[in-house]
Amino acid sequence: MAQLIKLGAAATDNWQTLEIAEGETPETVALPTGDVIFPLAVWQARKAEIISCHKRIGLLLQPDERVEDVAADLDYFIVIAVNFPKFVDGRGYSTASLLRQRYHYQGELRAVGDVLHDQLFFYQRVGFDSYALKDGKNLVHAIEAGFKPFSDAYQTSTTQPQPHFRRRA
Amino acid sequence: MYKYDAIDRQLINERVDQFRDQVRRWKAGELSDDEFRPLRLQNGLYIQRHAPMFRIAVPYAMLSSAQLRRLGEVASKYDRGYGHFTTRHNLQLNWPKIEDVPEILAELAEVEMHAIQTSGNCLRNITTDQFAGVAADEVIDPRPLAEILRQWTTFHPEFAFLPRKFKIAITGTQEDRAVTWFHDIGLQLHVQNGETGFRVIVGGGLGRTPIRGQVVREFLPWQHILTYCEAILRVYNRQGRRDNAYKARIKILVQALGVEAFAQLVEDEWAHGKDGPATITQAEFDRVSAHFTAPAYSAESVSNAALEAQLTANKAFSQWVARSTHPHKVPGYTAVTLSLKKPGIAPGDITSEQMATVADLADQYSFGELRISHEQNIILADVKLTDLHALWQKAKAAGLATPNTGLLTGIICCPGGDFCDLANAKSIPIAKAIQARFDDLDYLFDIGEIDLNISGCMNACGHHHVGHIGVLGVDKNDSEFYQVTLGGRQGNDAKLGKVIGPSFAADEMPDVVDKIIKVYIESRHADERFLDTFDRIGIDPFKNRVYEGRAHGKAKAAQKEAA
Repeated sequence: MAQLIKLGAAATDNWQTLEIAEGETPETVALPTGDVIFPLAVWQARKAEIISCHKRIGLLLQPDERVEDVAADLDYFIVIAVNFPKFVDGRGYSTASLLRQRYHYQGELRAVGDVLHDQLFFYQRVGFDSYALKDGKNLVHAIEAGFKPFSDAYQTSTTQPQPHFRRRA
Repeated sequence: MYKYDAIDRQLINERVDQFRDQVRRWKAGELSDDEFRPLRLQNGLYIQRHAPMFRIAVPYAMLSSAQLRRLGEVASKYDRGYGHFTTRHNLQLNWPKIEDVPEILAELAEVEMHAIQTSGNCLRNITTDQFAGVAADEVIDPRPLAEILRQWTTFHPEFAFLPRKFKIAITGTQEDRAVTWFHDIGLQLHVQNGETGFRVIVGGGLGRTPIRGQVVREFLPWQHILTYCEAILRVYNRQGRRDNAYKARIKILVQALGVEAFAQLVEDEWAHGKDGPATITQAEFDRVSAHFTAPAYSAESVSNAALEAQLTANKAFSQWVARSTHPHKVPGYTAVTLSLKKPGIAPGDITSEQMATVADLADQYSFGELRISHEQNIILADVKLTDLHALWQKAKAAGLATPNTGLLTGIICCPGGDFCDLANAKSIPIAKAIQARFDDLDYLFDIGEIDLNISGCMNACGHHHVGHIGVLGVDKNDSEFYQVTLGGRQGNDAKLGKVIGPSFAADEMPDVVDKIIKVYIESRHADERFLDTFDRIGIDPFKNRVYEGRAHGKAKAAQKEAA
């Protein structure tokens, strides 16, 4: 089990992520009840059904899945989880930037997968606000030190829309 | 040159603490080797053949004398008393201990230096022309925008884990000395209708698949360079290949999409960021530019009579001046190249003592500043013509006045198989053997301008593709062989060399180069440089001479059989 960090503290994860087992398809997989994070393919195939029986809906985006394809649906989601299958695959940073900056997604944005201490600072800046820290990693040290190795930044980002050069006294 | 202010200093100090904690967690087993690797690479730290290799950034080639002095001290305290200047404005230490690297970083931070993003799949050090700000043919000084780009690349949150490394070069001169056609992004500053902007070239690169970059935008007003680069990087970050490291550079994406389609994607992306907050303000440009004002050049009119007399009286001095000075925009001054290509020494290597000497020379003769070039030499950019003779004597005493810059023995060379884990073959011994063969200075001057580049593998750190003569180390059945290319070049007409034929054994290389040079000497017209002759007569005469009497194909197989 990953260890969820939210609002700067350890948090309980009430969401379950729907996994499509072998032999199942997005069209046929049984939809669980409760707070569920749905893979994009399931959302696309079963949108009306999901909306009719779920109040709280989550979406899972893989690195190669395009934000543009769900841009019109963002209001349905309480949480969007962006998967980092390997931490060196940086596509999810662009996914998050687009969701926040271009499509103004306001819900929870969660980094899941190979989520490690040393990327938390970057995750936060592009707009993630919850983090499923990989199992076995030091949660206390991550919360204490992972988010602020640097006290400021040069560039624009989701959390700081003004570059440093426009914030000079 | 640029001096750090509060935020710059704060960030590099915080980087030291961050890396110290990363090393601690790695030693404690909290970070696996795989998790630590990209982190240490983004701090310039490789694990190499014999020891870690540590790469320190020299952003856009500028160093102060205090910085070079500190590099010398660090090399002697934590390493074996020397460093190696690379082809991309870095200094490499070959033998540091990983445990010492946080301390090295702390000592470097004191003089406003770092190793941030000198390796790894991220935005790398920005490179430019070693004569920026002083070159007679300069249109626009690229350094203020290079510094603004340096800050933008530093810890960019969206582009820290790209498909592959990403290199940006920027130039502001008529003659391109920054190899901008062979970078992931090459930026050429120029003026159009009275406005300053960039020609933006994307998708060039050497390495395994050498490709000349293509223009995606002929003119981009300078204020937009950050938003435009963000658009390029976002397209690349999302669409660049991640399934195969050899096909992950942006050049492959540009080739796959075609440059028009790629440029359109960038324009579409840029439409969202254009004119946003990352648009550079005049105030910021002015603030950074103020760091690059001209030093207090002497205004007294100088008579060149004394220099002329010294040149006439002393052939060695005049040979050095001929090879080592570059036209300066201020009358009475010149930019001096101190060669790190002394025969018998690995090209680009410099000892701690030499670093201290060069720092002193910079203080005495060049306003305390210096540059390093992608040809792996050191430049004192603002030397009075009247100081040349005194400078030459001191440089000579320190072994830094070999008059071979731009000549056959001024070889550009990577560390190769003696040090580098990636190498297929050694490169330094080949350079040394060629230097030993061509030890007659008069003959070298007679041969004239020629770039000889050696890389120990297809990653092409020695830029062999753009050497007039390029040498590439290859591995054949666990033996080291060398493939030769001819006719490559950097500059405005940059192009890739052509492979001459089957590769050679190491001990054949001096003879091979000798034969190539002889064909040129015999065929040249008056005033023709090697390249001119090559372009006129083509590769065949060289090929015929080099392979004359060598068995090929079936004949070679038969020979082998007989043996």
